[in-house]
Amino acid sequence: MVENKIKIGWGKTEMAQKVAQDIPDGSYVNLGIGMPEMVADFVPEGRELIYQTENGLLGMGAVPEAGKEDPELINAGKKPVTTIPGASFFHHADSFTMIRGGHIDVCVLGAMQISKDGDLANWSTGAANAIPAVGGAMDLVAGVKRILVITQHNTKDGSSKIVNQCSYPLTGKGVVETIYTNLAIIDVKKEGLKVREMGPNVDFEYLQERTEVQLFQ
Amino acid sequence: MINKIVKSVAEAVKDIHDGATIMIGGFGEAGSPIELIHALIDQGAKNLTVVSNNTGSGNVGLAALIEQKRVKKMICSFPRTANSTVFPELYNAGEIELELVPQGTLAERIRAGGAGIPAFYTPASVNTPLADGKESRNFDGVEYVLERGIKADFSLVKCAQADCYGNLTYHATARNFGPIMCTAAKTAIVQTKKVVDAGDIDPEIVVTPGIFVKHIVEVTNPANESELVAQKLKYPW
Repeated sequence: MVENKIKIGWGKTEMAQKVAQDIPDGSYVNLGIGMPEMVADFVPEGRELIYQTENGLLGMGAVPEAGKEDPELINAGKKPVTTIPGASFFHHADSFTMIRGGHIDVCVLGAMQISKDGDLANWSTGAANAIPAVGGAMDLVAGVKRILVITQHNTKDGSSKIVNQCSYPLTGKGVVETIYTNLAIIDVKKEGLKVREMGPNVDFEYLQERTEVQLFQ
Repeated sequence: MINKIVKSVAEAVKDIHDGATIMIGGFGEAGSPIELIHALIDQGAKNLTVVSNNTGSGNVGLAALIEQKRVKKMICSFPRTANSTVFPELYNAGEIELELVPQGTLAERIRAGGAGIPAFYTPASVNTPLADGKESRNFDGVEYVLERGIKADFSLVKCAQADCYGNLTYHATARNFGPIMCTAAKTAIVQTKKVVDAGDIDPEIVVTPGIFVKHIVEVTNPANESELVAQKLKYPW
């Protein structure tokens, strides 16, 4: 039996595409681990972005061919990468001089929760038995000019990741510029969360039902 | 005559004492000085405080040092890694302390320690639990948190080339914490893939100037941590 399923919202590649479209030519970009890494695959024709990875590489290239991996040439997710012509290596203090010092234009991160004021929680659930691990996220949100978040709109149990107030420990307060979910693109404005675009077969009512925060159009 | 080259990893780590603070280079396996860590395991020093970005993987290198219960405290940014089970188990059993530090703050604390700066203000971690109990101050309308520089008794670092004066070059992203850790330790101990003659490293491309380095030991074929982990090897072998 074949069920006729209507596609609701965007898939991951379409979400990554939407983020990529909002990054201007010539930007220095840091991509978080996981879904943010996909953004690099969808840079629009005619744009050149330079990727920084906080473990010490500016000018990160594509994944190497099988058999050509170098265990000492990796990204922040500890996966093998390559260098582009014109790349540079540097130590960690210089890397975070780029990040904290405001030299990186755009950072794309994942999220556990985002608040109506653009607070981001993406490093710990705060659970007693969880091993807390923060990496470079707090430095990135403190220093990078634009913080874009790419995430599923709801958790696996259906609850809203966009919340009035984060219940998880914060990564940074008031840091998120735009949220890209499978259902919508939402800009964080002074007056609240403004829906810029909705995915296929998503209307405002459907979106609002799945969002804890009152949205506006 | 200055010659910082020693003959073996055992000789390089022989002075490390119980209770020492040790910085260990590496980001994941890149730059992790596995042979020096294994020599430290053999050497026996315990009750160590280790400053390193991660906590190692599998049962080799830093993870093996932790597994041997030689580390009382880790100062790091990301203690969870793929194949990392040793640290989480001991941490959940309350047998090892953790000071969690944002990665950029960790790097700057090490840099400051090496540069004679006792403390500095950073915007990272403001309004988060990692700023709890720390002094904060507003500069030009922005809130910052006070962080202390870190100094170490020893650093263990891996590099690509070294000469007898301790001038170093690194390979790719294995550089990571190496250069700043060399500056922040009383005794920086470096394993190099190759020892070269003085003058063979162009002064223009020296990354770590020799003044920051105490001992050099050549390890021509350093192990890759991921390969040891894939073979399920456990140190001591």
